[in-house]
Amino acid sequence: MQQFITLTVAGAVQGAVYAAFALALVLIWRSTRIVNFAQGAMAAATTFIALALIEAGQSYWVALLVALVSGFVLGAVIERVVIRPVEGGPELNAVIVTLGLFIAIQALVAIVFGNDERAFPPPFDRVGFTVGETNIALTPNNLYTIGGVLVTLVLLIVLFRYTPVGLAMRASAFGQEVARLLGVRVSRMLTLGWALAAVVGAVAGVLIAGEGSSVTPNFMDALIVYGFVAAVLGGLDSPIGAVVGGVALGLLLGYVRGYLGDEVVNLAALVILIVVLLVRPGGLFSSAQARRA
Amino acid sequence: MAEPVAHGSTAVSAAGADGTAVLEVRDLTTHYGPVRALDGVSLRADKGRITAVLGANGAGKTTLLRTVSGLIRPARGQVLLDGTEITRAPVESMVGRGMSHVPEGRGVIAELTVDENLRVGALFRGKTPKEEFDRVYELFPRLAERRNQPAHNLSGGERQMLVIGRALLARPRILLLDEPSLGLAPRIVAQIFGLVRQLVDTEGLSVLLVEQNARSALSVADVGVVLNLGRVVVTDSARTLMADEDLRHAYLGF
Repeated sequence: MQQFITLTVAGAVQGAVYAAFALALVLIWRSTRIVNFAQGAMAAATTFIALALIEAGQSYWVALLVALVSGFVLGAVIERVVIRPVEGGPELNAVIVTLGLFIAIQALVAIVFGNDERAFPPPFDRVGFTVGETNIALTPNNLYTIGGVLVTLVLLIVLFRYTPVGLAMRASAFGQEVARLLGVRVSRMLTLGWALAAVVGAVAGVLIAGEGSSVTPNFMDALIVYGFVAAVLGGLDSPIGAVVGGVALGLLLGYVRGYLGDEVVNLAALVILIVVLLVRPGGLFSSAQARRA
Repeated sequence: MAEPVAHGSTAVSAAGADGTAVLEVRDLTTHYGPVRALDGVSLRADKGRITAVLGANGAGKTTLLRTVSGLIRPARGQVLLDGTEITRAPVESMVGRGMSHVPEGRGVIAELTVDENLRVGALFRGKTPKEEFDRVYELFPRLAERRNQPAHNLSGGERQMLVIGRALLARPRILLLDEPSLGLAPRIVAQIFGLVRQLVDTEGLSVLLVEQNARSALSVADVGVVLNLGRVVVTDSARTLMADEDLRHAYLGF
């Protein structure tokens, strides 16, 4: 039982980070129908910016804010300069462009910040709470990580559901031509979609670094695989699905790691991906049916 | 066989009709690769009138509307809205200029609710008085019943009502309608055309209607323009076109 609780906590925390990452992928998929393979490298870049600030003596919160802002700028610039020319073209072009971006950004980060493993100071304690005599696996920083992802999700839901900009973004995502005919500046909304996705990616990067991942230019690489599986699990179109998919994947992989061993975790992720694609290709929360109606 | 008549004016009267052109198309030519989809098309849509563009599949009707609203760039020619040239203006600016285009297949955004679809139509205006939304719901009580449902739950007729209501929220001076009758039962088509007629007669709206269903379209329109293979064959009053049996057989399929 003790082990089950420990695994559940660890899985939920991992899952929260997968969720954030999946959320970033979903935002881009929704607005431009592109799977952004550069997401991990972009998040690594913003995490390094935050780390550089912390090492220079700034507070964690200032560093976080700067990471988010630089993510916004990075996402917007990449969409305008690199993605815009391949939008609306063959899908493979966009995939190759994001793969190229992934390599280029990762190399650039290595040149600027070096290739060494660096530690990222957490904002809260990474020692578990004690209840009576027993020390449980949940740490204050775990709560912060989960909370951070939830706040991000809630803010996105509020943005999409209750603001005119959110409505314009959804209209642009689901009916690009109609939105243009109705006077929505769709290209601006696509840029905003990429910018927001990069912000969410930046959140994921800073959170996972704070959970004790050593920070290197490629430290987000594994995450893009899990984030992608989580996004597919939730249906690539659904932000809520991304979060549920992320947490579900985190828990599943946590139990696999605990009961079956570390070495089968990647295999398990692959199996989950294949099963989802076979059984429910639209994901658990897909609106694919609606799109075809 | 009718002789081609240039810009035939008619004696049909409507509330705001005074014979001035809201929309004028001059010598419009559009290519799809090597194919000339529009070949020197000239026509006008007058204020307070319904101008119907008719013709078979592939005659260039949809291309005409898409070129007019800027979705396709013409190779040659001009589009004028109230005398101002808008030929190369961005698509996004058209609603602000007073032209609303309801595209082929209706253009409901299926993932959004009925209410959200309407609100997207009013986004460009900034703040839109609630009364204007209420008016659309009064016009189409069916939509009011379903305002919080996703639009993909709507029937074809309800979708057509939604997109017309959404277009009206932009307070257009001219409405471009692409095949509103497509896939609808005759009773619903009559209902929708009747409503368009009513809006034109009472509010001075102008409509450029593209239809394959020529019989229904001519029964509601003031002026008909027959298109064949990208060229205007004849322009005349709807009544005259309706009476021309040879023309109907040759181009309108009834």
